[in-house]
Parts: sequence; C-alpha cells; structure tokens
Amino acid sequence: MREAIRRRLFFVFGGIFFLSFCYAVVDLPPWGDYRGPYGDVISRVGVYERHATDAVNAINYDYRAFDTLGEEFILFTAVLGVMMLLRREEGASTQDAGRVEDRLRLSTTVRATAMPAIVFTVVFGFYIGLHGQLTPGGGFQAGVILASVPFLLYVCENTETFRRVTSHSAAEVIEALGAGAYALIGLTPLFLGMPFLTNFLPLGATGDVFSSGTIALISACVGVEVTAAFLLVGYTYLEEIITGEIPEE
Amino acid sequence: MTWVGAGLLLLVAVTGLGVVRTRDVTSQVIALSFYGVLMALVFFFFQAPDVALSQITVGAVALPLMVMLAISRMRYRKSAQRKMGERDA
Repeated sequence: MREAIRRRLFFVFGGIFFLSFCYAVVDLPPWGDYRGPYGDVISRVGVYERHATDAVNAINYDYRAFDTLGEEFILFTAVLGVMMLLRREEGASTQDAGRVEDRLRLSTTVRATAMPAIVFTVVFGFYIGLHGQLTPGGGFQAGVILASVPFLLYVCENTETFRRVTSHSAAEVIEALGAGAYALIGLTPLFLGMPFLTNFLPLGATGDVFSSGTIALISACVGVEVTAAFLLVGYTYLEEIITGEIPEE
Repeated sequence: MTWVGAGLLLLVAVTGLGVVRTRDVTSQVIALSFYGVLMALVFFFFQAPDVALSQITVGAVALPLMVMLAISRMRYRKSAQRKMGERDA
C-alpha cells in the first residue's frame, strides 16, 4: 500500500520536474554562445600578460590563485579528517587477525598489462604536471595520475609491495610541504612590496616548459600535495589489511 | 556534430540509470567508473579538455578507488572478526 502511494507521488513530482526541465532546456543559449565578459578578456590578454597558453591554468594558478589556495586546503583538511576518523590510537591494544593471503599472484595477463601501464602512467603524470601552463592538465590531475601508480603496483604485486613503496610518514611530511609551499609562494611577493600571490618570477618564453613564472611552480606544488594526499588516504584505508591487525573490542 | 553530442548525452543518461540499477556494490563501482569516463567524453566533446582531464582522474579513477578501498576495509574487518569467532569457539 505505502509502496503504491510512494510510486504515485514519484510519478506526480517526476512529471512536474520533467516538464519544468524541458521548459528550461528550450530557453538554453545555443552551443558555443558565451555571454560573460571575463572569458573573452582573459583569452585576449592571458597569453601576453602571463605567457601561459592554457587559459584555464592561468586562471586557476594566477588570476584566481587565492581561490585555488582555499581549494588546496579543503583537500588538505579532508585528508586530515579521513585520517583522524580511521586512525588507530597510539598504544591501543590490537589483535592479530592474520595477514591477507595474497601470496597467490594474479594471472600473467593482468600483470603483463599492468606492468607496462605503470611506466606509461609515470611518464604521463609528469608530462601532464609539467605542461600545465601550456596544454590542458596541471598539478591536480598529475597528482591523481601519479598517486595511482602504487595502486597499479598493488594490483600486480601484493600488499607487501604497496607498503614498501609508500612510506606513510614520508607522505605526511611531503603533503604538508606541498600545501605549505603554495602558501609560501603566495607570501613571498609581500616581502617584495607586491600584493599576495603576485606572479613575481620571470615569465620566460611563451610555449617553453619553464615559462609563466609562478603558474608552473604552483602547479608543481599542487601536484606534490595531491599525490601525497591520495597515497595517505589509500594507506589509511588499507592499514588494517596491510598490517593484519584489527583493534581489540 | 549535433547528433554526436545528443548520442553522448543519451549514453550518459542510460549509463546513469545503469549505475543506479546495479545492485551488487563491486559491480556498481565499475559501472560508476565507466560513467565517469563517459562524462569525460562529454566534456571533451563540448570543448572543455581541462575539465575532461579532471573528470577522468576524479570520476573514473579516484572516486571508484576510494569506494573500493572502503569496501575492502569493511570486508576485511568482517572476515577477520568471523575467523576470530571461529577460533574462540
């Protein structure tokens, strides 16, 4: 009975939603029609002002770098939250639950695919990270790509290998350094008498890997921070499986 | 070209429905990952390569990975506790 009422209610409100959705779609601007002034301005002056050919990253890491700094610390705080919620208290008694039996390796096909994929992933990650100011990409994407490498290794080896390639304490320090470096790059111009997060480095030749001043530098810092952040979250989730210890009830 | 975009959007709609209709959690994560790749294709088609890259990394890699890790943690805890109960009994 309640099921029937619920379904009827869904069809009534679903119908209302669908009709208003259709009404909204009819009035959408046509494809490629852009109405705001900022995009046109940035794409006109961006390359001359910042020597960065990728307008999106010129905006993210320069024109609105202050916002990105906030986003960076959102990620930092989120990782901190996950680690705090899933943490194991110091000195808390644990019981040995037995390691996962993963001595048995996956099929040769999986390993033969995953092993070369690791090489490509590392190269692609560094390429995406270093060319953020020139082509689509940047530090954030590069960070996630690079962080997936240890997980690929986990797929074709075992938990022991994963533990060996990801040092937990090192990842903590590196994450903090990456986030802190961004803030430091922002603070440096203050001592030179310029506003916060001014692009104070030489801009270099447009199209060069080492161009666009702080944009490339900030992008690299973000890449380092994101890589460490994802590894930390991954390790925190897998900690019990890796150590084979669960907390005493 | 309009038809390619319309076809992609239709595929996204169908895959979204597929994700919701999948009941097994592990299969659902794989479906979610596929949905992420399709969304990236849509962004790429509508000329937003930067967003497409972010979508691939987050929607097709990071999000399914996090869900998978959470599932494996819960399964391990459950199986370990069951094993311990057997040992004590």
